[in-house]
Amino acid sequence: MEQLTGTFAVKKGLAQMLKGGVIMDVVTAEHARIAEDAGACAVMALERVPADIRVQGGVARMSDPDLIESIMAAVSIPVMAKCRIGHFVEAQILEAIGVDYIDESEVLTPADEAHHIYKHDFKVPFVCGCRNLGEALRRIGEGAAMIRTKGEAGTGDVVEAVRHARSVLGEIRRLQNKPDEELMSYAKELGAPFELVKEVKELGRLPVVNFAAGGVATPADAALMMQLGVDGVFVGSGIFKSGDPAKRAAAIVKAVTHYNDPGILAEVSRNLGEAMVGINVSGMDEAERIAGRGW
Amino acid sequence: MKIGVLALQGDFAEHITMLKRLGVEAVEVRLPVHLDGLDGLIIPGGESTTIGKLSVDFGLIEPLRDFGRQQAVWGTCAGAIFLSKDARRSQPLLGLMDITVERNAFGRQVDSFEADLDIPELGEGGAYHAVFIRAPIIESVSNPARILSAVSDGRIVAAQQGKLLATSFHPELTDDDRFHRYFLTLTK
Repeated sequence: MEQLTGTFAVKKGLAQMLKGGVIMDVVTAEHARIAEDAGACAVMALERVPADIRVQGGVARMSDPDLIESIMAAVSIPVMAKCRIGHFVEAQILEAIGVDYIDESEVLTPADEAHHIYKHDFKVPFVCGCRNLGEALRRIGEGAAMIRTKGEAGTGDVVEAVRHARSVLGEIRRLQNKPDEELMSYAKELGAPFELVKEVKELGRLPVVNFAAGGVATPADAALMMQLGVDGVFVGSGIFKSGDPAKRAAAIVKAVTHYNDPGILAEVSRNLGEAMVGINVSGMDEAERIAGRGW
Repeated sequence: MKIGVLALQGDFAEHITMLKRLGVEAVEVRLPVHLDGLDGLIIPGGESTTIGKLSVDFGLIEPLRDFGRQQAVWGTCAGAIFLSKDARRSQPLLGLMDITVERNAFGRQVDSFEADLDIPELGEGGAYHAVFIRAPIIESVSNPARILSAVSDGRIVAAQQGKLLATSFHPELTDDDRFHRYFLTLTK
């Protein structure tokens, strides 16, 4: 019996298993265990959470394989890790380590200002960020098996996550109302592959799982993104930069499951301690924003 | 007929789509009260630790056990782990089926695979094309549970015990609805 590995169905399939769940940024094995105990469906292993990358500056790169492996050894849930946009050698290294998903992430400093990784070449699946439908479909065209809206990482301000989710989902709704003869020029306008534009019209959604990311800090933020129509939520700095990470992590997990039940949302929002100190995105300089990275 | 799909986390929407395609009423189950009036329940793929924890948090463990003692329940991947008696590590389990499972037994995501299986119970239609995602194996099956299918090296990937079904793979990720139809015959 032949066993086929690395097919698009199994790459996309793992993201389908993550749906309705919370993927948490962790920087140590101890964090990873807290995240797993709180009910995270996966963790993102990295050296610094986005809020610290913002403060410390410098070039943000792929994490040390030792750190990633220590996190892989600590938990039974899938472990993701980030590589720089266009840095296909970092991606090769992450694949060699055996991470379950690679995030080709704007949170790290881009290695290529014109091209993303050709992700079909890899057995390991990729998740990529987007701000709109065109960007999402370009990434899927390159082989991304999962999409996340970018938001503005490390701010604790959900406004950009909302903007990007509304943009992607709104463009899909507009696409569904277009007659077929308008799809080619719409594909041109979006800068997206025609075949994928056609597929999205037929499906009424992206052909891969779509999570929200970038600025989610509270259970209410997470439920807001779910009600807007995403499949799940990434929480980066929002958990381990807060006063009581274990409690907040568990509350956000519950909020994503019961996103449509305000009674439960009220219950899980109580007594969580300090939320992460936020940065108001509207007061930021354009140069400080990282969502613009990606082409 | 009304079938519930445990909707705490995972690919419950894919199961619901498949059930609706078969003309069955399908509802999401997040709280014990949602089990009322169901003729069967599917526990989807996802992360078994997440599904287990949320089941504990929302008081679902005992109601799910009571349901499974009388009605048909099918677990795919994480759902199969959740139905088992033993998953070789400490995590909440329903313990409804006399099977021992080993999580992520084929390896990590790069080892996830597709393969054709021989499943006589599904009847006509030839080999069953199955999708395995960081899949568990059913390490051992004890009476009254029985083996439904194994991969070529003999590792067990599907088992049945009366009205209870466990599969390591994900029929909800394919277009082949034979496994869902087989499950529906158990709800009668």
